Amino acid sequence: MTQRLARPPRLTLAATTDAPNIVEVRRISKSYGNQIEALRDVSLAFPRGRLTTLLGPSGCGKTTLLKIIAGLIPADAGDVYVNGRVVTGPGPERAFVFQDFALLPWANVLRNVAFGLELRGMAKDEREALAAKYIRDVGLAGFEKRYPHELSGGMKQRVGLARALAVNADVILMDEPFSAVDEQTRRKFQEDLLQLLAVERKTVIFVTHSIEEAAYLSDQIVLLTRRPGTVAKVLEPRIDRSHGPEAVRRDPAYLDAVEEIWAMLKQYLA
Amino acid sequence: MRILGYRLPMPAALLLWGALWEIAGRLELVPILPPLSDVLIAMGQLVHTGQFWAGARTTLASFATGMGLAIAIGIPLGMLMGRIAMADRLLGMWVNLFASAPLTALVPVLMILFGLGSTTVVVTVTLFAVWIIALDTAAGMKHVNPSLLEMVRSFGASRWVIYGRILPLAALPEILAGIRLGLIRGVKGVVIGQLLVSIVGFGELFELYSRNFLMPEFWALTLFIFAFALVASEAIGWIEHRIEAYASSRS
Repeated sequence: MTQRLARPPRLTLAATTDAPNIVEVRRISKSYGNQIEALRDVSLAFPRGRLTTLLGPSGCGKTTLLKIIAGLIPADAGDVYVNGRVVTGPGPERAFVFQDFALLPWANVLRNVAFGLELRGMAKDEREALAAKYIRDVGLAGFEKRYPHELSGGMKQRVGLARALAVNADVILMDEPFSAVDEQTRRKFQEDLLQLLAVERKTVIFVTHSIEEAAYLSDQIVLLTRRPGTVAKVLEPRIDRSHGPEAVRRDPAYLDAVEEIWAMLKQYLA
Repeated sequence: MRILGYRLPMPAALLLWGALWEIAGRLELVPILPPLSDVLIAMGQLVHTGQFWAGARTTLASFATGMGLAIAIGIPLGMLMGRIAMADRLLGMWVNLFASAPLTALVPVLMILFGLGSTTVVVTVTLFAVWIIALDTAAGMKHVNPSLLEMVRSFGASRWVIYGRILPLAALPEILAGIRLGLIRGVKGVVIGQLLVSIVGFGELFELYSRNFLMPEFWALTLFIFAFALVASEAIGWIEHRIEAYASSRS
């Protein structure tokens, strides 16, 4: 709570009224050079333990926003708060999953998954035991000694996910993680992700350009406008996930969400 | 190579050229070309002389030291050029110039600076090899996948880890290619350096053989050096080949 008191006064009201938001984005703007304005005055809240997707037309700055939250690129204006602290760079409470996997090509699966822990100086035995657990959790048991070039795209992304889970960050930032894998692998991966998150209790911020993916996975969907990206709408589809992954795709709430998003995004297609 | 529909392996081609050399030598077309058999006999005799081994030791030591320096200077220099645009603008021109300049002309100047000894030879090797290593390393830096660096940063890697471990490994294929090319230039450097200084290592022997017109010995020594250059560059090539799989999967 002491950290909350250190915030600017105009924000204290928002902070004290139910404060389950682990990540808050306040009035973020970002331009590249003088020409391209990627984000304009974006404010968002990400509830703890929920999966939020950022969805919008291509070039709307969703990946830029994700990387600003990650602390990988600085914003021109505005702040990002994680657990009440201003983000000034990458931090251990956030882990990133990359669109192109970003695995170390010279290291095997075990070392790749343990990489975040290795950077934190964890002893070899300890980090490899932890990594082995997460490799099992993402369904890659038996592939510990394989190298990235021996794996399919879907398997590489499982390695990327295991690496993000292994560092035990509160927030996992995923940048179009399934866009480079085929449709069937993607569906399986989406189902597995939901099951994993039910156990791991992470907050996930997920960038995608797939409407179905957003509706299927999300507790909260943020729709961004075309460049310069601003928040067009925040949806909270109340999808009943208790009947398993298959039932979700037939849930009326899921179908409604897909319709609503499409109606909204359609206007940006010229 | 194919002759009359038969695929001939590399050694067969060598045999053919060897036979031609033997015939040309026996015909005594030019006085500096003895038959290959004489050269081979001279090679056999040479390895039994202390003179040869003393020369080989000196030469190898100069070569190894010079190459070590070239690698130790070339990789950081290339990393600087590849990562920092300012450094590339300041240094790129000079590195490119030196990489293609006829550096042999500078060796007499080096002799004045470093004396008529092994130091000059070491510096010559470094001077011959360092530029191509720097250029290839710089090219490698520019090929490093940007998201790999973002990944490393997102997990909290320090600059030290990024520059000391991640970048060199990520650019390893290009760095190795640079070292292989540098190695070949380094062999040139050690021979030219020793020839010009002419009182150390193989340079002394070359001087002795050519002055006394001992052509079989002269060619024997030349073949040894060729063989060394070939083996050394093949060794690096072998390492390059081993990491080929990862090099192709980087992007």
